[in-house]
Amino acid sequence: MVMHAHAYPNIEIPTPSQIAAVALDNEPDENGEQSMILSMGPQHPSTHGVLRLAVELNGENVVQLAPDVGFLHTGIEKTIETKTYTKSIVLTDRMDYLAPMSNNMVYVAAIEKLMKQDVPERAQTLRVLLLEITRINSHLVWLGTHALDLAAMSVFFYAMREREYILDIFEMLTGARMMTSYFRVGGLAWDIPADFIPTVEDFLTHFLPKVDEYEDLLTNNLLWKQRTLGVGVVNAADAIALGLSGANLRASGVDWDLRKTMPYSGYETYQFDVPVGQNGDIYDRYRCRVQEMRESVKIARQAIERLKQMHGQPYITDNRKVAPPPKSEITYSMESLIHHFKLWTEGFRPPRGSAYMAIESPRGEIGCYVVSDGTPQPWRVHFRAPSFINLQALPHIAKGKLMADLVALIASIDPVLGEVDR
Amino acid sequence: MIDRATLEQRVSAQFPTVRIGDEAGDLCFTVERELLPALAGWLRDEPDLSFTFLNQLCGVDYLGREPRFEVVVHLTSFQNKMRVTLHIEVPEADPTIPTLALLFPTANFQERETYDMFGIIFTGHPGLERILMPEDWLGHPQRKDHPLGYEEVAFTHNEDWIYANKPFAKE
Repeated sequence: MVMHAHAYPNIEIPTPSQIAAVALDNEPDENGEQSMILSMGPQHPSTHGVLRLAVELNGENVVQLAPDVGFLHTGIEKTIETKTYTKSIVLTDRMDYLAPMSNNMVYVAAIEKLMKQDVPERAQTLRVLLLEITRINSHLVWLGTHALDLAAMSVFFYAMREREYILDIFEMLTGARMMTSYFRVGGLAWDIPADFIPTVEDFLTHFLPKVDEYEDLLTNNLLWKQRTLGVGVVNAADAIALGLSGANLRASGVDWDLRKTMPYSGYETYQFDVPVGQNGDIYDRYRCRVQEMRESVKIARQAIERLKQMHGQPYITDNRKVAPPPKSEITYSMESLIHHFKLWTEGFRPPRGSAYMAIESPRGEIGCYVVSDGTPQPWRVHFRAPSFINLQALPHIAKGKLMADLVALIASIDPVLGEVDR
Repeated sequence: MIDRATLEQRVSAQFPTVRIGDEAGDLCFTVERELLPALAGWLRDEPDLSFTFLNQLCGVDYLGREPRFEVVVHLTSFQNKMRVTLHIEVPEADPTIPTLALLFPTANFQERETYDMFGIIFTGHPGLERILMPEDWLGHPQRKDHPLGYEEVAFTHNEDWIYANKPFAKE
């Protein structure tokens, strides 16, 4: 058998201790030049959370760097093993706290895949609507903080203004502004309130012109272009090798969006385009994400049109072995009472086996690998966190760039440190 | 575009020892650890397969089963819009497995995480260190026999023992 050679000699991902070893053996060269080790973070405003970068600098140029993560590790995957499947939904919110619905979705969808559980059409449509609003929500925070990192203050205020509207919608729907925990295996937790659809429609009408406003501020802004055009280029082959996903991958010219290529929750029935970049620089990642917000509005509008025709249809499956019966049924049906009791005391039991499910979160491919041993607690749950894997590309992208560009690069790959560390 | 049956045939022709199964609708190969780099590299480099994208790599601890550990790898082919699963069994007595970080740089962090959480050693990895837990952490926390770390509730019958073992409760 032929062993395959090292295929990517240009990609190096050092560890923090390898950078620290440079500091120990740091003698000036014949020109008297000496590299400097800089510890950026863990408390640094532009690292978007508790991230430390060990950077080796030559003057202002980054020689190499290593992301040091784990400061926010809370053992979510370990904790899930001790809880029932339904109880763990609240834990998934706390990973990617800017896109809680996507995390809920991938977790419940993995269990549904394992159990071969169908979801009613109305619940699927509502999920699509919520996932797209979540995408807008997450991209708004990315856009605001990205612009703020490059010293454009106003965009941050505008983006937060629109995000507030989305958080109000989430609060109206679930009672929580960020940790929504709204998805359940087989559907959703409860029905939408009566004024939900008009409010979302209002928001979409209000929001779409605002995207043009953000673009007016940035797209042709000379300062913005100087900081982003041609900076942090990743070619398509490297992007795939580094496992980049989402807008980071598409900006490099790879047309891969799980909503189109491996559709879930009925995405194949919606009309939308997938924005793809060409150069793989920060500017293209910016253009892709901004365009994605417009496409999300498009999908959300189609979902709303369908929901108007589906009034009164169920929001969760009627399989009583998975979803609890409505409270009203409990008063006259002994069987419902038993189901209710069994579900809340013990939980449901998926069959033995494992399943991997991946969806397109705002940050890329978020995946969930569930192993069941037939008991009400999962044997193992692993999350493929897109931020964790995208962050890994940073040493490769930032190599040889200026220190000031590093700030722009972190923002452009859009990591959420809660998800990196889980 | 190749279909699932063709891929099964090609793999069993090239790697006769690979066991072919199904994981919730996805094609699943159980492979000996020595064969892993060859199989993954072959799946990546064959022009009509081109499973170039490594979705995820993680460990599972099946405590009480022999071999105890399993490493699970998911590969995607953009060209064929297909995902396959590789299962690699790792015994507890010799928890080593050849690295994939050279073939797929994206496996670098994920192998470090699997090492950190399960103590599985990826031979040939360029920097196999802990990534999420502190450097001086003892043990590998996602092993099933690693305690979750909650405090035991003190009752009359065991409070002496608990307070004797709590360093800060002695004063």
